[in-house]
Amino acid sequence: MSGIEGSDTGPPGEDGRPQGAKLASLLEDSTEDLYENAPCGFLSTLPDGQIARVNATLLTWLGYTRSELVGRRYFSDLLSAGGRLYHETHFAPLLAMQGEIGGVALELKAADGSRLPVLVNSAVKTSAAGEPLLIRTTIIDATDRRAYERELLRARREADLERERLQLLVTTLQRTLLPPELPDVPGLETAAYYHSASRDEVGGDFYDLFALARDRWGLFLGDVCGKGAAAAAVTSQIRYTLRAAAVYDPDPATVLGTLNGALRRDYERNGGRFCTAAFGVLTPSADGFDLSLASGGHPPPLLLRADGTADYQRVGGGPFLGVIDDVVFTSSAIQLGPGDAFLLYTDGLTEARTGHGRDRYGEQALRAFAAGIAPVTAAAAIDALTVLLEGLGDGLDDDVAVLALSVPSSPGDSGGHPRLVDGGRA
Amino acid sequence: MTGPEGRPVVMLAHGFGCDQNMWRLIAPALAEDFRVVLFDHVGAGRSDPSAWLPERYATLDGYADDVLRICRELDLRQVVFVGHSVSAMIGVLAAIREPDRFSKLILVGPSPRYIDDAGYRGGFSKADIDELLESLDSNYLGWSAAMAPVIMGNPERPELAEELTNSFCRTDPAMARVFARTTFLSDNRADLAKVTVPTLILQCSRDAIAPAEVGAFVQDQIPGSALVTLAATGHCPQLSAPDATLAAIASFAVGPP
Repeated sequence: MSGIEGSDTGPPGEDGRPQGAKLASLLEDSTEDLYENAPCGFLSTLPDGQIARVNATLLTWLGYTRSELVGRRYFSDLLSAGGRLYHETHFAPLLAMQGEIGGVALELKAADGSRLPVLVNSAVKTSAAGEPLLIRTTIIDATDRRAYERELLRARREADLERERLQLLVTTLQRTLLPPELPDVPGLETAAYYHSASRDEVGGDFYDLFALARDRWGLFLGDVCGKGAAAAAVTSQIRYTLRAAAVYDPDPATVLGTLNGALRRDYERNGGRFCTAAFGVLTPSADGFDLSLASGGHPPPLLLRADGTADYQRVGGGPFLGVIDDVVFTSSAIQLGPGDAFLLYTDGLTEARTGHGRDRYGEQALRAFAAGIAPVTAAAAIDALTVLLEGLGDGLDDDVAVLALSVPSSPGDSGGHPRLVDGGRA
Repeated sequence: MTGPEGRPVVMLAHGFGCDQNMWRLIAPALAEDFRVVLFDHVGAGRSDPSAWLPERYATLDGYADDVLRICRELDLRQVVFVGHSVSAMIGVLAAIREPDRFSKLILVGPSPRYIDDAGYRGGFSKADIDELLESLDSNYLGWSAAMAPVIMGNPERPELAEELTNSFCRTDPAMARVFARTTFLSDNRADLAKVTVPTLILQCSRDAIAPAEVGAFVQDQIPGSALVTLAATGHCPQLSAPDATLAAIASFAVGPP
């Protein structure tokens, strides 16, 4: 080629030819040369795979002469044994069915036995009648890319392993923040449910039921603001603070006041840590249980009566815990008679998104649901709620804790069989 | 199931690497004269992923059991079983267990053992098979076709997988790996002599997976079997030579037992 930079070509476009065509004729004037020396391998085979034409680039890569391949070898002869199996079981059938196939990774065998990782694209050339005439194949050297892919795979395997370890840690940690099973309270049926919104993060909801004395039990349920390791640490602290405070003075208002003070003291310098919680003390009454309950900013509990009604209990209490100093909480008294059930829950339940408009499930819907199942035992209430929550699917985007208590409706129905319904994910 | 009721049943079983799409060039024509049963092996095509159990499908018996289950479920009798590639041996195992269920066996590109052994040439060395298994294991062989959706790791965006994989023969790579191992490490040479069902072996003239001498070995071992060599290259005559394959299957299926 001559005159590429010479002055005799004149300004582009001067002779009336389109500039692109002129450049093409100057710079790339031989399609044959392009075919032979393109920066990729070209290979044409008969439909049965017999090599009909091959370019110089591929011959150089593989170290063969043209006469060694054309008319004598098949495409599959150039593949490693593993590649040949893959070619026969995947590549060739797909090519036959689709007429083309792209981006397939194979290894070619060079004349000296070395391997060349390549990416292969093939297309079938057909006659006017649709009969396959040729298979045209372009081959791209993928040595670097393959190394990169292997590295990606290794990193991915490592990431998978890390995630498994994380999830195991989360599950284990979550378990330590919830009672493994509820204690046996004579004359009371109890059940609980916990739904963890994420397998990768410890949830911030918590509950507990524990003996304070021979005929007195403490219970609480709450929700720490936030998630993850920091929230888990706070949850752990809340649990032991509530348990310890109740032993010292079991008045629910006092217990919540103690927790409020502890959260204020311990997290004042770290931007504060907040939670909502309801704390109660159960003592047996003539025909059931007396429950003294205080709430710190927690959603109102539901009382499902033996007569089939269900109402929120607007318990006395105070604001969120851990927000302001020196809050005075108040306790409310609730009587649980035969056939009554009592439900504490976190706002993951009422805040779940439902239906088409993705509205919140809401307190009204929950009350209606409760009225629909009342009268009900604790276990049956948890079963019904489990079904309800599973039905919410991905609308349930927060953790949910539910603790249910019920007094058996007849003396023959002894109750007192604690059960824990696992949310399934934890 | 397609084709007229009451006609002889022809059951088409695909091999490793694809699904029932393998039969798409001959199934419609077969269905004009036969009751054609098409299915995807568990782990392939549109089979139910939840039915996949690695232990069950670690041997060809698991697949043979599935074939017999399909026959029982659909109450199929006098079945002409057409097994391609590894499904040829799956058919052999099924026909040994319940010979009365089958009227004929047609083995397309069969191989009772892929790895060479003393006095036997399967066409591959142990190292060759290891190379395939290792390639599948390390997931870079067929990266784009099979691995893309997994690598992309975007199950919530299936359209990505749609664009990146080929539209036929999609297989979960983990399942494909187990199937490959089961297929290429199997040795069913001793089972061949137990076949009592009339058998036709369809061999390609040039098959990179099942060489001519393997076809001859199968014919020699299965009592009274016939061998037809098709003028076809490759391992999939139903795609590369559909007319000849169709004719061979149809004439053996209607011929005398």
